[in-house]
Amino acid sequence: MKKYFRRKFLIYILTFLLAVTIDWMIPRFMPGNPVDVLMARAGSFAGSTEIMHDYYSKIFGLDVPLWKQYINFWGALFRGDLGISVYVFPKPVTEIIMDAVPFDIMLLVPAILLSWFAGNWFGAFAARSKRLDNTILPLGYILTATPYMWLAMLLAWSLGIVFGIFPIAGGYSFSMTPNFSWAFIKSLLLHWFLPFASLFLVKFGGWAIGMRNMIIYELEADYSHYLEALGAPRKLVRKYAFNNAILPQITGLALDLGVIVAGALVTEVVFSYPGIGYLILQAINTRDYFLLQGCFLFIILGVLIANFIIDIAYVFVDPRTRTGMQGESA
Amino acid sequence: MMNLKKNEFFYFALRNNKLKIGLVVLLFFIILTFVGPFLTDYEPMDYVGPAAVPPSSEFWFGTTTFGQDVFTQFVYGLKASFLVGIIGGGIGTLLGMLVGFTAGYRGGIVDEILNTLTNIVLVIPTLAVLLIIAAYLEVRGIFIESVFIGCTAWPWVARAIRAQTFSLRSRDFVDLARLSGMKSIKVIFTEIAPNMMSYLLLVFILQFGGAVLIAATLDFIGLGPTNAISLGLMMNNAVLWGALILGIWWWFIPPGAAITAIVGALYVMNVGLDEVFNPKLREM
Repeated sequence: MKKYFRRKFLIYILTFLLAVTIDWMIPRFMPGNPVDVLMARAGSFAGSTEIMHDYYSKIFGLDVPLWKQYINFWGALFRGDLGISVYVFPKPVTEIIMDAVPFDIMLLVPAILLSWFAGNWFGAFAARSKRLDNTILPLGYILTATPYMWLAMLLAWSLGIVFGIFPIAGGYSFSMTPNFSWAFIKSLLLHWFLPFASLFLVKFGGWAIGMRNMIIYELEADYSHYLEALGAPRKLVRKYAFNNAILPQITGLALDLGVIVAGALVTEVVFSYPGIGYLILQAINTRDYFLLQGCFLFIILGVLIANFIIDIAYVFVDPRTRTGMQGESA
Repeated sequence: MMNLKKNEFFYFALRNNKLKIGLVVLLFFIILTFVGPFLTDYEPMDYVGPAAVPPSSEFWFGTTTFGQDVFTQFVYGLKASFLVGIIGGGIGTLLGMLVGFTAGYRGGIVDEILNTLTNIVLVIPTLAVLLIIAAYLEVRGIFIESVFIGCTAWPWVARAIRAQTFSLRSRDFVDLARLSGMKSIKVIFTEIAPNMMSYLLLVFILQFGGAVLIAATLDFIGLGPTNAISLGLMMNNAVLWGALILGIWWWFIPPGAAITAIVGALYVMNVGLDEVFNPKLREM
């Protein structure tokens, strides 16, 4: 078990180092340097350009050699300082992101967990049952092949515009300010439902199909046939199959996080939902690389933390990792 | 011997409904991709008619708010999706094979390094990296986009192939080949790879579908090709110019439906092929 975690830690640390380095490069090596963007916005007066240029370079810490910038970046990172946004200058990037993060957590955590549990349960239920396999599973294939934004658009258009049940833009009603009243919570939930539903449905299809295929593999494995030959009840055999089939699904959940994040990004764009995905779009459109950098870092951090939680969960579910056998490494 | 095996493959392939359905859907879209451009008189970006008219006999899929023909954009967009699938999926599969075979066959320190690299790339959210690369390039073509998608999609292929190579490399016939002085590359390609040919085909199909979806996502954020039309770009334009609020459903439904159908057909085919190759999975 120690070996298992040591390996994991090494990979996480290396990933983090690499990700932060890529992240650091964003505002520095991209076309359209942030200083020039601000200079262009401010307009230029003869003679003042030089001073303004130096001033902005200093604010963004771009006036020292590259290696020093890199070290400073790490230092600032541990102080939670991600620089200043160009798009909403001079608001700190950390503040902008912190406003967006609750919306992402509200959207992603229930969508990921519920779709995983529901999908696995349903897939296990449908496997080798002819009627379900032929009727509902095709639906699963369609759902898992659906691009996130398309399902989001379909839901927004049908339930939002045609039937007018749900609002289709924003995180809460534009006429409200965040507060702890029932009216606000109701508005929050109404705006949350469609983005959540579109993420949930796509993922649900994927997990159900995956689980169904896994269960069939397990039911055809030697140990299942052996149990059957011994006369074990069908229910017991399926239970063992499920216990084995759930392991790759947990690994799959870890691997899939990046894809889900991408899905959430485009879903947020469709619904103008004020999470990180929407911020990224703004950052790209306004060439606000410091904001883009901050968002990227947050996504990496989120995915790494989630991966780590899954690794810990894996130890509880797979006894092989506890006894020092490697088991299937997540 | 070979002939018999082939016949057996076709025997089961032709009796597998999943494979047949998937193939028919896929073939339909492939034919449409080739025939489509001859069915329309316009170029995808041409302003050809009145704005935002619903589907009619003249404009089969209606027009956009700019008066562009949606059907024309659709068939040209299909071509882009297939290109991304073939190039992106192909590169992803090849890179995965390269890393997987090397790591699995060599073992030891080489495996250690390659495996760590695989795990790192696996954890970093692909889209975040693609976003940055795409934002960096001022002019982007479908080819470049596909190459980048392929370069970030290989890790899970590498992992799966590595595991399979591990289990194959200690078999007698591989040892024998090695003992007879065969070069490593030749051992891999003549002794190990043929034993997982069916698996490699399945992997390519999944990579194909994955590449199409990722490309659609990138295009939708506005980081797709700058010099061509694609299905994702159509959806991007539709949302950008208020197709949802104006109720121009014919603008955004066809591209998404095509992606869903193509990728869904690939997934169904994948499961069907799996059943053909693996007798245990066949339904009795």
